[in-house]
Order: sequence, then C-alpha cells, then structure tokens
Amino acid sequence: MKLPDLTELALRNLRESLLRNSLTTVGISVGVASLVAMLSLGIGLQQMASRRLVRSGLFDTIMVSSRREMRGMGREEERSGPIPGESRILDEAARQEIERMANVSEAFPDIRFQTELRFEDKPHLTVVSALPPSAKSNDAFEGMQGSFFSSPDAPEVILQKSFAEELLGKTPPLGVAEPNVADLAKPLLGKVLVMHYNQRVPTPAAKGEADTTGGELAGAAYSVVSREQRLKIVGVSDLDPESMRGPTRAKVFLPLKLAESLHVILPVDLRESVHAGDQPVYSSISVRVKNPAQIQQVEDAIKKFGFTTFSITDASRGLRQFFGVLYAFLWIFGSLALIVASIGIVNTLVMAVLERRREIGIMKAIGASDGDVKRLFFAEAGAMGLVGGILGVAMGWVIGQVINFGTNMYLKGQSLPPEHFWAVPWWLVAFAIGFAFVVSLVSGLYPAGRAAKLDPVQALRYE
Amino acid sequence: MTTIPAVSAPSGTLAIRSENLCRYYQMGGNVIRAVDGISLEVHSGEFVALLGSSGSGKSSMLNLIAGLDRPTSGSVIVQDRDLAKLSREELAKYRLHVVGMVFQSFNLIPSMTVTENVELPLRFAEVERGQRDSLAREALERVGLKARLHHRPSELSGGEQQRAALARALINRPQLLLADEPTGNLDSHTGLEIMDMVRDFNRELGMTVIMVTHERSLAERYAKRMIFLADGKLVDDRPNEPAVGGRA
Repeated sequence: MKLPDLTELALRNLRESLLRNSLTTVGISVGVASLVAMLSLGIGLQQMASRRLVRSGLFDTIMVSSRREMRGMGREEERSGPIPGESRILDEAARQEIERMANVSEAFPDIRFQTELRFEDKPHLTVVSALPPSAKSNDAFEGMQGSFFSSPDAPEVILQKSFAEELLGKTPPLGVAEPNVADLAKPLLGKVLVMHYNQRVPTPAAKGEADTTGGELAGAAYSVVSREQRLKIVGVSDLDPESMRGPTRAKVFLPLKLAESLHVILPVDLRESVHAGDQPVYSSISVRVKNPAQIQQVEDAIKKFGFTTFSITDASRGLRQFFGVLYAFLWIFGSLALIVASIGIVNTLVMAVLERRREIGIMKAIGASDGDVKRLFFAEAGAMGLVGGILGVAMGWVIGQVINFGTNMYLKGQSLPPEHFWAVPWWLVAFAIGFAFVVSLVSGLYPAGRAAKLDPVQALRYE
Repeated sequence: MTTIPAVSAPSGTLAIRSENLCRYYQMGGNVIRAVDGISLEVHSGEFVALLGSSGSGKSSMLNLIAGLDRPTSGSVIVQDRDLAKLSREELAKYRLHVVGMVFQSFNLIPSMTVTENVELPLRFAEVERGQRDSLAREALERVGLKARLHHRPSELSGGEQQRAALARALINRPQLLLADEPTGNLDSHTGLEIMDMVRDFNRELGMTVIMVTHERSLAERYAKRMIFLADGKLVDDRPNEPAVGGRA
C-alpha cells in the first residue's frame, strides 16, 4: 500500500474509536510536554549560566604577558623555554599578530596604573584601568547608573561604587548596609575629575640608539612630564567589571583609546626601555576568543610565540560537566512520562487488533499482505505519536511560558532584573516530535506484529 | 459495462488441480480431518458448486483454493502455481490478483462507505486514486448500486451488501470467483438476484466460479458441475445441465 493511502486509512481508523485514541494521544502529549518542559528548563538554565559567564569576560579571555615579566617563582613553565630576559617583548606588533589569529575576536593591552585623581580639590589615590569598547556587554555594567563611554577616546570615566563612596565621603562602616548605587550616582554623574599622571615623552636622540644599546642605560631615552587630564563622570557601576583579575583592583575606568593616547608611564617602561621608541610595550594584554570552547587551542598557539598565558578554562569545563549530569536527569525524568504513554499506545492498539480481528481477516482475504496490515497499525501508532508530539510540544511551550512569566513576576516583586531562563530551541521541537514518533512506532511493533500474524480463516470464522 | 474485460484463459484449460489434498485441524486431543485426500480438476470458465452438509469440509476446501489456508499435505495448483509452496507474501498477491471472494456474511468493512470498500483491493494493489475511483464506480454500476456509492454497509439491505461484496470481488479482475454460501443470509428472491449476477460474471467475463452451498436446488439451477463432499472426502462429482437456466 502506498504511503498516502496508508495514512488515510490509519487516520480513518483512528477516528473510528475517537475517544480512546484521543485519550491515548493526550497521554503521549503529556509525556512529550513533560520532556520538553524538563529539557527546555535545562537548556534555558545553561544558556543563562553561559550568558553570565560570557558576559563576565572570564571564560573567553586569555591573559598574555611577556616572559620578561616573570619574577622567578620557579614554576615549571617559567623554568622551561627561553630565558625570560631573552624572550620576546610584548609590544604592539605582537598584539596585532595575536589579534590576527584564528578564533580571536580582539586583543587589547591591559593599561593599569596607580595615580592621583582630584575631585572637588581633594586628592584620591587609586588604580585606574582602561576598558575596550567590547566591555560594554560585560555584566558588571548591567545595573550601572549612567551610561557607557560615548566613544573609545572620549575624556570620560566610569567609577566603581566603592570609589564613588570614597569621593562622596560616604564609605559605610562595616556591617552597615551599603548605600544604593543610584543615590551615589546622582551627585556624581556629569561632574569632572582631574587626573594627574606622568607622561612618557621619548627624547629625539633616543630613537637612533634604540636598537644598539640595551639595559638600564637606555633609561635616559625618554623624559617624564607631569600632566593633567579632565574627565567627565558618565557612570557608576555596582560591580567590579574586573573581578578576579588579581590584586590590583581598579576602581576607575577609562576608555582604552584615550588611555593609550595619554602615554602614561607604566612600570613596564622602566624595564623595557630598549623599545621605548615608536612601539608601545605592554606588561600584559587580554585576548578574547570568539568561543570559550576554543580557548585552549588559542592559548597553546600564543604560548608558541614565547609568551606566558593564563585563562580560567577549568571552571567552564566543570560547568559543562554539571549540565551534562543535569541533562541526563532531566532527560530520564522527562522520558518517564513518555514511556508510560507508550504503554498506553500498546494497550490501545492491542485492543484495536482484538476488536478489528474480522476487519483484518477481510483485508487479508481480499489481498492485503502481512506487510500491509503491519504497516497500517504502524501508521496508526505513528499518527498518534506525531499528533501527540505536536500537541505535547505546544503544551510544553505554554507551560514554559507560564512558569517564565510567573517567575519573572516573582523576580520583579523582589526587584531583581527579569531573566529568560526557559528556552525551547527549534532543534528541541523537532527532536521532541521525532522522539514521540519513534517511541510510538516502537510501541506499535508488538500490536502490528500480532495483527499481521492473524490467521484470516480464524478471524473470519467469528461472527 | 464492456470495459471490464473477460479475464479467463480460453475455456477448457486447467484452472485448478488438487492432488490428495488434506487439511487436518488439531482440536483438543482430536484430529479433525476437514479435507481428507481430495483430488479434483476444474477447468477455466467452469461454474462448480461444492455441496455437502455442514462440517463436510466444503468451506475448508474453498479456503485452501483461496489461499487463505495451507494444506496439511497434498497440493493445490491454481494456474500452475502450487499454493502450498508460495510464501505468505506471494499468497497475498495471489489472493489480490487471481481470486475474488464473496461470503455468506458479506464481510464489508462497516466503517467504510460502499465505494471505499469496493476500492480497498485496489489500494493494496497500489492503483492510482483517479483510476481507483472510476473502476469502483464502474464495478458498482455493474451490480446496480450506482445510487448507493457513499452509503455505509449498515445503511444497505442484505442484497445490496452482497452486491457491493460482488463488486469488490470483481474489482481486480480475478480469474477465479470463490463464493462461500453467497445467498445464505438472503431471502430467496434476493438470493436469486445475486446468483444471476454470479452467473453473468461466469458467462460474460469468463470467470471460473466455485460456489460453496448446502442448497442443492440453487446448485442445480446455476452450476454446470456439482461436487459433493462428506466428512472431508469427495463423494460425488457430476455435470449438471441447468434445466431452466435461472430467471434470466
């Protein structure tokens, strides 16, 4: 029998026992709905977690520093390879080379220095750090008051909450609730800070000697000029966008281009004065990869240049493992309902075979083969599975939306930002329907086999 | 209705041959010899009546010829096919293309309309939908059910149901028409109408007809040959010249 005929006959047969087959189909759809609900919760949670991780910038970033920066802590990687003093210098050329590598989205220098900032004529000593434009998506700026830098070289500044407190003289004593960021930002936004810094100015004579001399002698190849820079406060951030970045936590952030153009004298300049000519030298650069999964590969490639690297890959690996286990559990519990539903299919079809003995006998007498009969019951099982699967996905989606809505209402009540932790990707829709279809076909195996083996003489004998 | 062509081989060629055909059933501790060593030959275009009391084995014999059942021993050869040696799949094809069957209880599928019932064998034969419709309509017109195409069997009288069953048996243009007590559930008048049609198929389309009946008068009226069975054995086989020739 051809497929359209088979489908038509199967649907007609299903309509004949409408109530029973509908109930069976509803059973399947409940099973599919529970599977979809479970898996989409898992997927949503994973997406939420990885979104957070990606935005934190911790898991897609490699810190690259020159081996020359090593302070002889005696670690294995420090002892192997070229001697720190002779290894490659991390300069602008190296940064560009790294940025051109496959899977690298950007490589930017870490500019970080301690300096004095004056606010309303009071000096405050703090650590200043530069942020690339891509840092805008960092989740540290999610609850920020004000706005991100208007351009990469704007004379603007974003303050960390604790520095804002310091400026306003509101640093709370320990144990007392911290003031709200919004309250801190109000008097500060739009105000001007004056940054005092030391600019490095190369002396013209130094250029010619740059590649002939080395060591501390060349220290004389530039001069230091004290300067001032007015900076407008555009934002106050609740979180530290550079959390976990080591001991020198910055509390004030500048746009990267602006910071580069200032030529602030950095500790590295004192040592790498050989290259104090045209090219800036960095103590470290941050390399962001396009996909956290490629971090190891990129890291290995950078190591081959002779640089030291550091990244937090283990955490994301652990997270993947966690979600693997979570999926397995959600999968098992989600499938249980579908397995129960598949027993319903077996039951319904075995009943149908008993009821339709005579019909099966007639079909065989007028020329239906065993295969025709078997395929007919298969088609009925498959149709129930397909319809149940589609209904189930719709049900699961609705359940997800309701829970999403309810949870966000709750989060709103707790004055937390809404979170989309429920995701039904297209592949899950296709997969759930396909899975329901396959489970139904497997359930149809036994009844269909029974129907096919029915002896027509016996079947027709009963009146 | 000239579009349904004659189907048989030239009259007189061998259509069915059985040799020492046996079919035994195990029932509890007893062996029932439903068919017990029957040898016979039927030629193309013949109209044979299988007669006997109930339990004589006539229906079992018909089922063996129809390929619905397999012999315990012996052979039944229909147009050079030894049915005992065919696979289940081949046997289904044989039933589909070579045999048309009508039963005492009509055996129409109650959930389908008359047209759908009639075209069901064509679905198994994978005939295109358009062709199926026209063939079913044609067959139903032939049996005079033109006005009942979309009725369900339960909405038809017994005679109409049997006519629909005849149309279904006819639809694949089989060479063999097997009828198991076709008038058993009908009043005598309607029964004769059905028998007239069967005789027409035999005469006009050249179908070989084997009819199981326990009504001797019916057999004498329509069949050209009468075979008597008792206890699974062939007890008499004689030609019959229908005296009146039915009501035609």
